[in-house]
Amino acid sequence: MTSETAVVAPKARDYKSDYKPVWCPGCGDFSVLSSVTKAFAEIGTPKENCAVISGIGCSSRIPAYTSVYGFHGVHGRALPLATGLKVSRPELNVVATGGDGDGFSIGGNHFMHACRRNVDMVYVVMDNEVYGMTKGQASPTTAPDWDKSKLTPHGTGINPFQPLAIALAAGANFIARGFSGDPNGTAKLIADAMKHPGFSLVQILSPCVTFRPEQKDWKGMVRPAEIEATSDIGRAARRLMTDDGFNTGILYKGSRNVYRPALEESETVAEVEATFAL
Amino acid sequence: MSAETISIAVTGAGGAGVMTAGQMLLDAGAKAGWYGLMTRSSGPQIRGGEAAAFLRMSPGPVNCGDDKLHILFAFDWMNVERFAAELFLNSDTLVLCDSDAGEVPNVISSSGARVVALPLKKTVKEVEGGRINMIGLGVLGKLVGLPDEAVDAVISSALKKKGQEAIDFSKAGYKAGFDLAANVECDAALSACSTDGVERWGISGNEAAGLGGLKGGVRFVAAYPITPATEVLEWLAPNLEKVGGTLVQAEDELASIVQIIGGSFGGTPSMTATSGPGLALMMEAMGLAVASETPIVVVNVQRGGPSTGIPTKSEQSDLNIALHGLHGDAPHIVTAPNSIPDCLFTTQWSVFLAERLQTAAIVLSDQALGQSRVVCDKPADLAFIAKRDVVEANVENYERYSVTASGVSPMAIPGTPGGEYVADGLEHAPNARPSSAAEDHIEQLDKRDRKLTQFDYGNHWADIEGEGEMAVITWGSTTAPVREAIERAEAKGMKIRMISMRLLMPMQTEKFAEALKGVTKALVIEQTHSKQFFHYLKAYYDLPAEVKLFNRPGPLPMRPGEILEQIESWS
Repeated sequence: MTSETAVVAPKARDYKSDYKPVWCPGCGDFSVLSSVTKAFAEIGTPKENCAVISGIGCSSRIPAYTSVYGFHGVHGRALPLATGLKVSRPELNVVATGGDGDGFSIGGNHFMHACRRNVDMVYVVMDNEVYGMTKGQASPTTAPDWDKSKLTPHGTGINPFQPLAIALAAGANFIARGFSGDPNGTAKLIADAMKHPGFSLVQILSPCVTFRPEQKDWKGMVRPAEIEATSDIGRAARRLMTDDGFNTGILYKGSRNVYRPALEESETVAEVEATFAL
Repeated sequence: MSAETISIAVTGAGGAGVMTAGQMLLDAGAKAGWYGLMTRSSGPQIRGGEAAAFLRMSPGPVNCGDDKLHILFAFDWMNVERFAAELFLNSDTLVLCDSDAGEVPNVISSSGARVVALPLKKTVKEVEGGRINMIGLGVLGKLVGLPDEAVDAVISSALKKKGQEAIDFSKAGYKAGFDLAANVECDAALSACSTDGVERWGISGNEAAGLGGLKGGVRFVAAYPITPATEVLEWLAPNLEKVGGTLVQAEDELASIVQIIGGSFGGTPSMTATSGPGLALMMEAMGLAVASETPIVVVNVQRGGPSTGIPTKSEQSDLNIALHGLHGDAPHIVTAPNSIPDCLFTTQWSVFLAERLQTAAIVLSDQALGQSRVVCDKPADLAFIAKRDVVEANVENYERYSVTASGVSPMAIPGTPGGEYVADGLEHAPNARPSSAAEDHIEQLDKRDRKLTQFDYGNHWADIEGEGEMAVITWGSTTAPVREAIERAEAKGMKIRMISMRLLMPMQTEKFAEALKGVTKALVIEQTHSKQFFHYLKAYYDLPAEVKLFNRPGPLPMRPGEILEQIESWS
């Protein structure tokens, strides 16, 4: 590109790779991939300054399907990897992605502490209430009476994890819910999350057509939240604890302190080591 | 050297100021030109309880404890038997105690040591603002022959923040103790000494490891506290900040290891420190660093294991997990510092190697190195500064995991246009895309192995000293007592070769064979119960026909005298 060439606004396709996803036909994650790339395009971050970080699972395959920098790491630990990257390279647009099993079960502790730490990044969770890659086991968000898994033939019998309420209690600064059937609305949510300082959680209901075919009905169940985004933690708590899990939109937008070390050099290494001299 | 060293133990109840007195004695000795070593021992109490400071001072460098004690100074008798195994009392030992402390415990009196009681508590009351540790310091200062100006300088600097009154009180206390010792017979005085203008440092192994990381170029650290590694991280936190880096306290070791992989992926040399239980938790992600070829350094300060084990005591029993704990075929680097100052060299070298070879490096330090303080010459500056092979912007047909002759592939750092790739723990093709094809797996395994085995590690793989038909082979913190044992053997006219291995993986079999030329018998020294180092040597190296092992688990450190006995009884 020469200096005379007009800068062309980036398009979503600029952020997509030509690599064919492993997902099943009809998987909600196709549309989430599209929303993530649309959000990058809307923000306009040059693709070399974007990074998509994931753990393990169906949805964690997403980095390879983008054309930006990425890391497909170990199960449950997308958030620590994204944290290390963002804290040491604050100018990058860092998005962590993954599923409900990766993020809330094996990665549950990291999720809670990433909310607390409030590093400026976006966490996109594709929630389908099932482990798909291992062929259909109950996840932390699965209803207690779902008995279609060989691993829990009588259902789990335990209460589902409430990711948004927990994120609020733990200290996340932006909490939203989207639906994969609405790729444009979800793209907007992700872009808003990128613009908002601190740790932003975007839960996306993303049906698993293979192991949870009944989730095709979600299309008729989701609805935009009737109330505007609140910055009042008490109100947000009430709505997150009482909603049925199908209200979409920005549900909480806070102004909590963002973790952002200065990274400014004030002394040379020689000055530092001089303190050992006797 | 050993004939001229003096060993002192100071024990007392928590709050008596044992550690402060020990530290000031070491520092004042350093000002007077003496090298020194101080190790600490304390009870399991979080705060208070009994404590002991073990010092060794000498006109020449010292790196390990002696097997005799010249002076035991017990401020009180509280639980002194807890330290009995570490005291090495004999009839030559001078035991100093308070006249009002009550009966001398059997563990002391049965040793035959000469006990001298001094009116310590009485003197404390007579001196305004008097504290028992300053009185004690005065007694010791007189006995070892500390110059007054060195003591004055150390008291003034240590108590600067507390103000002039505190300094005056302490000096008065010191003087009172000094006078108390006027009639105590003691032949342990050190000869006059000087630094000859060479800068001396006071540093612990854990601080040295932190500094080694910093000097190697580390600018991102993720930390989870664990004994006995915490001081590496606590030293790094404020000092990284000064040089423009940062430390994040993570929620657990699973997070700290993955955070540094993230930092390193972003192009910043990154490190963490831990101990056995933490290292075990980090193993899965170490495999990720190896597979994704992301450089990281983990300083593992070993303690007694398995499980919680003995957190405050040293052992070399994480060798197996460091070498073999990663799942899959995962070539990586394992190094080990072999003295307290060498914690700096080896950590800095390991940062260099990890960055150069784009892999994970484990630095196996241990509690004996990490938590001991030494007075040493200022270490030389090293050329080992992180230098990663990175790709320029917009290189055509860039492939992150390209199969190169050296095995090292240029890495793209986020922010570099045209270098975008996804680092992956899944096996991948050269273009970084996941692949389960046999040819990709073999090609990438070969490449990751080749880059480590073909690299020239120079002479740093081991310290090889002396000539002789007998070799003593060791690694890590047992090197210091081995060195001293060999010095003593040489003083008796024996000829011994020492091989202390600093690079444990990848194995340097040819160099090892070269180092063993002319050697007919090898004595192996290690601090484990299950003979981990011995089995490692037998598995990967050609050893002489005659091999003997002397091993012991922690918590008791190896001493020069017992190693000398092994050498002599086998000659």
